[in-house]
Amino acid sequence: MEQLTSNVVVQPVDKAKIRGIWRVALILAIVTAIEYAFAFAMDAGMLRTVIFIGLTIVKAWFIVSEFMHLGHEVKGLIYSIILPMMFIIWLIVALVNLEGGAIKEARGVVDVDQPATEHVGGEEH
Amino acid sequence: MATTATVNKRSLWGGGIEPFKASYGKLMMWFFLLSDAFTFSGLLITYAFLRWSAPAYTGDPETFTFSTQYWPIPEKVYEAFPGLHGVEAPLYFVGLMTFILILSSVTMVLAVEAGQRMDKKGVVKWMLWTVIGGFAFLGCQAWEWSHFIHGTDIATIGDVVKNGIWMDNYEIIGANLSFNQYGPPTFAALFFFITGFHGFHVFSGVFINVIIFFNAANGMYERRGHYEMVEKVGLYWHFVDLVWVFVFTFFYLI
Repeated sequence: MEQLTSNVVVQPVDKAKIRGIWRVALILAIVTAIEYAFAFAMDAGMLRTVIFIGLTIVKAWFIVSEFMHLGHEVKGLIYSIILPMMFIIWLIVALVNLEGGAIKEARGVVDVDQPATEHVGGEEH
Repeated sequence: MATTATVNKRSLWGGGIEPFKASYGKLMMWFFLLSDAFTFSGLLITYAFLRWSAPAYTGDPETFTFSTQYWPIPEKVYEAFPGLHGVEAPLYFVGLMTFILILSSVTMVLAVEAGQRMDKKGVVKWMLWTVIGGFAFLGCQAWEWSHFIHGTDIATIGDVVKNGIWMDNYEIIGANLSFNQYGPPTFAALFFFITGFHGFHVFSGVFINVIIFFNAANGMYERRGHYEMVEKVGLYWHFVDLVWVFVFTFFYLI
């Protein structure tokens, strides 16, 4: 239902709000920088993986609650989005950590510490 | 209808009451994004599951070389930068991509903010920046895919099945859906599927953003009296950024 409004009043800029937006952007940039620091300074391992996922969730929280404005919606809406996602995280932990490791063990997959060189000799195929 | 604002007793079943105090469009966008998040979760679960059940490289990272026998170290795969051939720049380019996408998310928030103030000029300006950011990201991704597909200078030796023929000690350069020089076949397949699916989301987002940009510039939302379309599309665009945050962690960091 479009109606012609010839005199649209542009409201003035709320400086504090704009500053808030840039502050969130700065936080996201800093968290990413911290992730980089860990990527270069720390050896790969379970602890580093947990740190990365933790920092990712921090970033996701800022994007969802501030940029997507979910933090300022009513409680019902917040829970209807957050609760299903929490079940998904449960699924991720179960599938990745437990199942992935179990399948690896069941298959007898062994880790490699140096690549095997080319096949020696030429078996006929 | 202009009279609805003056009606005091609204029937609960007669419409006019917004669940969760959000408009229909916004609410549906939220639930669509939730379902889309499930899709991406499925893809990332698949990635992590296959990765955790694949053989890992346990040797010294300094002497790491590509092999089809174990999962590669991501820093060693993504270390190219446009114009810097042969220079090791681990994760620099993907860092730039992340930066571009976060910035375009910020400009989108600023467009939404301008829309709430009925500031047409502001909406048009910030939507344009968002579109530019989206194109920049897509350009970066095109370059990254191209580099990934064409490969590096040094071939990886491995056994592959090419065009239905088994080949021993084949010199693999680059990547396709069947085999790749970086690691097990699933590595490149997952790269193509997951970054491709995300890239397609970015592409759709840019497309929608362009439409919104033109609508706003033509004064459609000013005539309508509100800029809610910008908010709805903004939700989608932030979601694309959100997914990239996760793809970045799972693919490039871990």
